[in-house]
Amino acid sequence: MHAAVITFPGSNCDRDLAVAFAAAGARVTRVWHKDTDLPEGVDVVGIPGGFSFGDYLRCGAIAANSPICRAVVAHAKRGGYVLGICNGFQVLTETRLLPGALMRNAGLKFICRSVDLTVATTQSDFTALYQQGQSLRVPVAHHDGNYTAGPDLVAQLRDEDRIAFTYGAPVNGSVADIAGVLSENRRVLGMMPHPERASDESHGSTDGRQIFAALTGALTAA
Amino acid sequence: MKARVHVMLKNGVLDPQGEAVRHALGTLGFDGVKGVRQGKVIELDLDEADAETARAQVTRMCETLLANTVIESYSVEIG
Repeated sequence: MHAAVITFPGSNCDRDLAVAFAAAGARVTRVWHKDTDLPEGVDVVGIPGGFSFGDYLRCGAIAANSPICRAVVAHAKRGGYVLGICNGFQVLTETRLLPGALMRNAGLKFICRSVDLTVATTQSDFTALYQQGQSLRVPVAHHDGNYTAGPDLVAQLRDEDRIAFTYGAPVNGSVADIAGVLSENRRVLGMMPHPERASDESHGSTDGRQIFAALTGALTAA
Repeated sequence: MKARVHVMLKNGVLDPQGEAVRHALGTLGFDGVKGVRQGKVIELDLDEADAETARAQVTRMCETLLANTVIESYSVEIG
């Protein structure tokens, strides 16, 4: 499996994401935001956490309109896989590859701690190695993770089984405690928590590792 | 030509920052503030001299970048 990890000015989890993909057996290419094309043969694009473009205007908004993001949108529309974590999730909602929006945390504070996550679906190549309802311990670190969607969209996400993860207890005001959502074709996942920071023994939790292992397994077999 | 864009959260979208400002005003003794909504003003200086063309340009800018129309509404003032 070939993964591309994008770096924007202000990304700060790009290396960690590359390490997590590589540890799962992926070949990883690092890609700069000004590049206009993804490397040949990329299976999955990782959009990392951080504060792309200083979070100016809105979190993820300027990154979503960068040259490389046009290539990422084209990749997703061809059926390619994309994993957006934290700021990466914000970028994915700004590109409209994922529905809804991420607003300022309800408590207005930056939240940086480990939280309990519940696996809400195993029906995706990201979550296939988990058990339905499994509880995971994964860190969050964000100021704008308050997932906002109208009642119709929440109902649609539920009906289509596209809520990937929920928080075990309220964290940031997200509607229905949604922590991660899938695209309609289930190949684009955005999530606020950081699985790449829970993928090595030294992190204190390895609960995030199976996302990378599941992807590598699915895409290498294919 | 100058343009001014106002971006606000849509009605019905809870504004946690506006709510915090409202609470702070109450603490300072400014009673009777029933609601506060916080938005942004973006000023643009354009080459375009025709008002209607400028309005169309800025509207495209709003739809593409300046506002997230999932949660925000915008209005454009020209001149």
